[in-house]
Amino acid sequence: MDLSRLLTQRLYAWLLLIAGGAAVFLLQPRLPIRFSDFLLPTASIGLVIAAWWWSRAPEQRPTRQDAFAAALLVGVVLLLALNRYLPETSRITPSRPPDLGALIAGMAAAAGAAVALWRVLREVSVGGRTGVLIILIIGLFILLKTELLAGILSAAWRGATGQDVQIASALDLNWLGFSYIAFRLIHTLLDRRSGLLPALALRDYAVYALFPPALIAGPIDRADRFAAELASERRWDADRWARGGARIAVGVFKKFVLADTLALGLALNAVNVDQAQGAGALWLLLYGYALRLFFDFSGYSDIAIGVGIWLGIQLPENFDRPYFKTTLTAFWQSWHKTLGDWARFYVFSPLTRALLRRDRKPSPAVIVGIGHLATMLLIGLWHGVTINFAVWGLWQAAGLYAHKRWSDATRGWYRGLNQKPSQKRLWTLLTWFITFHYIVLGWVWFALPHFDDSLRALGRLFGVGW
Amino acid sequence: MTWTKLARIAIKTALFFALCNVVFAATGALDWLNSVSLHNLILPGRARLPYGENPGQSYSLSPDSLTVMFAAHRLRQPKAADEYRIVLIGDSGVWGWLLSTNETLDAALNERDLRAADGRRMRFYNLAYPIQAALKDLMLLDEAAQYAPDAVVWFTTLDGFPRDKQVYPPLVQRNPDRARELIHRYTLALDPADARFVEGGGWWDRTIFGARRQIADWLRLQVFAVAWAATGVDQAMTEVQPVRVDQDADLTWNGSAAPRDLTRRDLALEVLAAGAARAESAGTALLIVNEPIFITPGANGDVRYNSWYPRWAYDSYRALLAAECADRGWACLDLWDAVPSDHFTDSPVHLTASGWQIVAQAVANQIGSMP
Repeated sequence: MDLSRLLTQRLYAWLLLIAGGAAVFLLQPRLPIRFSDFLLPTASIGLVIAAWWWSRAPEQRPTRQDAFAAALLVGVVLLLALNRYLPETSRITPSRPPDLGALIAGMAAAAGAAVALWRVLREVSVGGRTGVLIILIIGLFILLKTELLAGILSAAWRGATGQDVQIASALDLNWLGFSYIAFRLIHTLLDRRSGLLPALALRDYAVYALFPPALIAGPIDRADRFAAELASERRWDADRWARGGARIAVGVFKKFVLADTLALGLALNAVNVDQAQGAGALWLLLYGYALRLFFDFSGYSDIAIGVGIWLGIQLPENFDRPYFKTTLTAFWQSWHKTLGDWARFYVFSPLTRALLRRDRKPSPAVIVGIGHLATMLLIGLWHGVTINFAVWGLWQAAGLYAHKRWSDATRGWYRGLNQKPSQKRLWTLLTWFITFHYIVLGWVWFALPHFDDSLRALGRLFGVGW
Repeated sequence: MTWTKLARIAIKTALFFALCNVVFAATGALDWLNSVSLHNLILPGRARLPYGENPGQSYSLSPDSLTVMFAAHRLRQPKAADEYRIVLIGDSGVWGWLLSTNETLDAALNERDLRAADGRRMRFYNLAYPIQAALKDLMLLDEAAQYAPDAVVWFTTLDGFPRDKQVYPPLVQRNPDRARELIHRYTLALDPADARFVEGGGWWDRTIFGARRQIADWLRLQVFAVAWAATGVDQAMTEVQPVRVDQDADLTWNGSAAPRDLTRRDLALEVLAAGAARAESAGTALLIVNEPIFITPGANGDVRYNSWYPRWAYDSYRALLAAECADRGWACLDLWDAVPSDHFTDSPVHLTASGWQIVAQAVANQIGSMP
């Protein structure tokens, strides 16, 4: 069966657009704040349209096709909003959508505000314009990822909908895929500033930002690469189904068998950290957590890549046997690769380049240190604006910096090891052991929510504090 | 890759899976699997039978299979030459509801380091299991007999004997063949065709696909074995709702509103006799203990002992049990009022650690005089 005969390239992209628009609603978990599980996905679509508008090339005029794509996305929202009038058992949205009239008025008001902002910024440079939207997205990101701020927002939203403010929680605002969508949009805006972004139709841009398999857990693809994939000729032959199916099977096994089994009490968490009966037990739980995290995340990535193959889009790889790497630098080139690449491309490289261009430039060691610090801090805070994620980022930055200094200092000696295979094997084993345990110890900050708990756990791992 | 090759792979995979299912069922692999456990193999055995209402937090679950349950228990360890092995049978109180494993009755007895008359060291094993039903206890006693106990201490209470409650525990319902076998072996006046029995055990249920629930439970229990070994936790401690002190002036017990004398028709006391016969056939001593209950110091204490038992029903049960013990020559110990009311937690039979210490002393005193 060759579906490509049935679905022309253009029709297929439109279908993916509809699927992406619907997926942000259908995959969104039910939230306790009234209408929030409908309004947050609506905001995702609004943000995508705004970011496309902001990231257009100066000479790129909106076309009829773009208008149709926008209308199609709005149509998807309105069509799903009709679920309000269906009985609860028949709804496909997570809960009852808001009133259609209020929704249309709200969307019109949001669009009006966006247009007004655009008019204000029309005369501003591309860099300034895109900068404003980037700051807005980052602000939204910080608002949602900071427990205190998200709690205040939740309370305000609860108050507006007449719900109990006392039980407001940051967890109320579990906005599906926002972390990934936000980084995709920021990437396009930054690439517009630097002129790297090709002209993209709204349809292709929205399919990129909302591609259903990559909504939940990435990967964070590049728009230009994705658009080329979307435009390429594809055949749904047996090979594609077999490759996609095998990848999905591997992902399902990793996520639902290995990771979920380890999560049954074999992975470190805020509860069992105090239940562990000795350092050995705590190490066991920490190893369990390291494996669970890998199988969970890489399993999701495998499923996303497999479904992408089935849908005719080859998504980028996100993992490459990270726990087998013998240096921390190699680990970060193989763990959540697309986020690492994003951070390197938009934080590390520009920052170090800027420092090098200064008249009174710091020493190379300081530049590298600042680069690692900023990059890893960002990667840490991307997971949530908490002290522990910040410390985790600092931990990684310190490790990367130490490795850089060490490898610079020992390069000659290391080359000499090539003449001594047995010593090199031993050295490789030792560096793997040190790297793996540095990563694993770093997960203590990642797994536990509070600084004191993490510090206590680290002490206990080495027999202190029992 | 061609469509033909893909189809061949799919067909071969399906055939291989079907073959695995046939071999699994034909070789009785489920029975073998159930008898295998990380406990007692590379990890210590559990101090009490696995029971978990909230598996993720208690690192335990409630398997259907007695074989799986016993494979996880430390009773499975070989009996030492100087060991006098005593198993404790009973309900959630004896199991240790809301207590850690070093606060339970078996722990309280083991810490006393008691010696049998022949000098052997007494080791107590907790084989109690939540939900009262004498038939459930008999089932556990029957299984425990394989592990060469020298004595059995069986804790009972009134709510373990109503006939309609014998098939109430899920453990009984999900082991209909074992329950029926006991009903027939000891000619118990219970209905072997009770509709609450969950039928199964056919050929299909022994395939990988048919037994997927049991296999998943077995696998999870092995994972929990590691978590249990790392943490020592086998029960999710919930917030304690204190036992109700003030009672309603209500005489109702098990559907009977008017006080009367309970008879052997009301209570399945013949299950106790079956247990005594099973113990005797295994050459095992038996001590029957009427477990302590909460006796309210609050309102309507003249009508009810607690929220479970009106006085008329419980007094009648005690009289009947005492008569049975005397008639049959059983060793019995009535501890119904041995524990003060401030030693109870959330139910009329759930004791605090200090409450079980009182019981342990009473049992220790009695067990020294057993043959």
